[in-house]
Amino acid sequence: MIQALWRRRGVPLAWLLLSRQPVRLLIALAGISFAGILMFMQLGFRDGLFDASVTIHRLFDADLVLMSPRSMSSISMASFPERRLIQTMAEPAVESVSPVHWNFVLWRNPETRSTRSLLALGFEPDDALFVDSMLADQSASLRQKGRVLFDARSRPEFGPVAERFNAGQVVESEVAGQRVRVSGLVELGPSFGADGNLITSRETFRSLLPSTSRGSIELGLIRLRDGADPEAVAERLRAWLPNDVSVFTKKAFIEFEKNYWRSSTAIGFIFSLGAAMGFVVGCVIVYQILYGDVSDHLPEYATLMAMGYPLRDLLAVVVREGLMLALVGYVPAYAAGEGLYALIRGSTQLPVGMSPQRAVLVFSLILVMCMGSALVAMRKLADADPAEIF
Amino acid sequence: MADPAPIVATNVSHSYGTGSMRREVLQDINFRVDPGEVVLLTGPSGCGKTTLLTLVGALRSLQHGELQVLGVPLAQAGRGDRRRLRQRIGMIFQGHNLLRCLTAEQNVQMGADLLPGLSYAQRRGQAREWLRAVGLGDQLSKVPHDLSGGQKQRVAIARALAAHPRLLLADEPTAALDGRTGREIVELLQRLAREQGCGVLMVTHDPRILDLADRLLAMEDGRLIENRVASMPAG
Repeated sequence: MIQALWRRRGVPLAWLLLSRQPVRLLIALAGISFAGILMFMQLGFRDGLFDASVTIHRLFDADLVLMSPRSMSSISMASFPERRLIQTMAEPAVESVSPVHWNFVLWRNPETRSTRSLLALGFEPDDALFVDSMLADQSASLRQKGRVLFDARSRPEFGPVAERFNAGQVVESEVAGQRVRVSGLVELGPSFGADGNLITSRETFRSLLPSTSRGSIELGLIRLRDGADPEAVAERLRAWLPNDVSVFTKKAFIEFEKNYWRSSTAIGFIFSLGAAMGFVVGCVIVYQILYGDVSDHLPEYATLMAMGYPLRDLLAVVVREGLMLALVGYVPAYAAGEGLYALIRGSTQLPVGMSPQRAVLVFSLILVMCMGSALVAMRKLADADPAEIF
Repeated sequence: MADPAPIVATNVSHSYGTGSMRREVLQDINFRVDPGEVVLLTGPSGCGKTTLLTLVGALRSLQHGELQVLGVPLAQAGRGDRRRLRQRIGMIFQGHNLLRCLTAEQNVQMGADLLPGLSYAQRRGQAREWLRAVGLGDQLSKVPHDLSGGQKQRVAIARALAAHPRLLLADEPTAALDGRTGREIVELLQRLAREQGCGVLMVTHDPRILDLADRLLAMEDGRLIENRVASMPAG
C-alpha cells in the first residue's frame, strides 16, 4: 500500500531502513507518540478549560442576556438594577425574562465540616432557567425557604452529598453560616472558576447573602418570540437601555466568558506553551532518529549516488521515512489521548474530549515535526560523497 | 553500430591541494579499455590507482587531459552528465557496500531499478536472474549480515551487472576474501563481463588473479609504467 505512493515502484527503501532496526523504530515511535500525547493533553486541558468555563452559560434558557458592564467573567459578576430587565419587556419581540442572582458562597462539607467556595445561582422557581429539563420536577421544591439543588458533578471536596441524597438520606449543610437542605440534584459540572454549583430560589439566595440588595441582579435572561433575530433585538435594546447594563446574545455571552479565560489569564498561554514544548521535544527526538539514520547509512547513500541515483531520490527516502514515522507514531498518540481524556473526565469532571479539529491539529503538528526534522537531517546527506567511496 | 571504447584516457593528470600543498597524484596517464576487455591495474598503495578509478567512474571532476568514458567526454561533463554516466557504469567495491537493510534480491534490484522503461516485475525478475547467474539463486531473501564474504561480493557483482553497464570498475574486489574464493569471484566477473561485452578495469594487489587479465597496467607514483606491465607475466 505504501508502495503505491511511490513515483515509480521499486524497493521500499525508506520502510526497510526503518523496519530493519526495530529497536530504533520503537524508540522513534515512542518519542513521537509521547510528543503527540503531550500536545493532546495540553490542548485538551486548554480547550477543556474554555469549555468548562461555559458549561452553565450554555445551559441558560435565553436568547439575550443582560449583564453589568462591570462584570468581567463568571468569577467576578457585578450587579445591575433589576428594573432594566423589566424594561426590556417593552420590546415587542421579548417573550419573557428571568432575573438571576449569581455569586460565590462558602459551603460546609457535611462530612468533614470544612468550608469551600462554590457558585450559587438564585432564580424564581417558577421562571425558566435552563434549556435542559433537569430542573423541571425539582424547581418546585425550592419554593420552600432554605432548600437548594446541589450539582452532583461538583468536586468531591464538597462532601458525599449526591451519594447520601441518592441513598435517601436527608442532606443538610451550612451555606454562608445558614442551614440549608438539599432537595434535589442537578448535573452541571465544575469549571475552572467554580469547583461546584448549587441552585436555589432568589429568596433563599438573599437570605444566604444578605448584602444582596433587593432591586439588583447579576444576570438577566431574555427569551424572544419565535422568529425574532437576537442580533437585531439586542441592537434595539442597546439603543435605548441606559449604559449601566450590557446586552449580549447568548453566543456572545459564551464567547465573552471564554475570551476572559483566553486573554485575561495566563492559563490559555500556559497550556499552549505546554503543547509547544511537546512539539519541540518531538522535533528533537525525530531529528535525532533521522539524523542517526542518515549518519549510519552514509556509506550506503554514497554507494547509491555512485550507482547513479540522483540526490533527489535519496532526499525522498528521508522524507518518506519522516512521513511514515508521522503516520505510525500518530496512531498510539491518538489512542493514548482518548484514554487520558477519559481518565481526566473521570478524575476532574472537566469536559475534556477528543474533537476532530484537535485530532487534525495534532496530526498536522506531528507531520510538520517529522517533515521539518527530515529536512534538517537531509543536510547530513551532503556529506555523502561518492568520490570517497573507493 | 560499434560500441564506443569504454575508456580512452589521454594525458590525464590530477592533483590535490593548492599552492605549496599541491600534490600531483596522476601524471600524463594514457590508456584505453576496449569492449569486453578485462584490464587489471596494479601498483603500490598511494600511487594514484584509486584516484584514477574515481575519475573514470565519473565520481570526481576531471582537471587535465582528455578522458572519454563510454563515449562521453568527461572534460565537458557537468554534475548531472556525470550522474547519468554513472548509471551506465557498474562499480564493485572493496567492502561490497551492500545496503544492510535490504535482502540480496533487493540489493540487486537497486541496480536493476536504474533501468528505464521496465516494470517492477521485470526489474524484480532481472534481479533474480542475476543472482542465479552468480550462483545465489537460493539466497534471495538473506540480508548481507547472513551471507559470507564471498557471497556478499557475488551479490555486489550481480548488483553492478543488473544495471546493464558497458563498463565495470572494481576496486580490490578480492581484498576481503581468501585466495580460492577471490579467484572464483574474479573468474565469475570475467566470464559475465565477456558475455555482456562489458569492459572491466580492476584495481588489485592480488597476484593470484593477474593471469585472468587480458592486459595488465602497472602504476607507480602517478604514472603508468608500460615496461613493467609487459614484463610481468602471470604466475
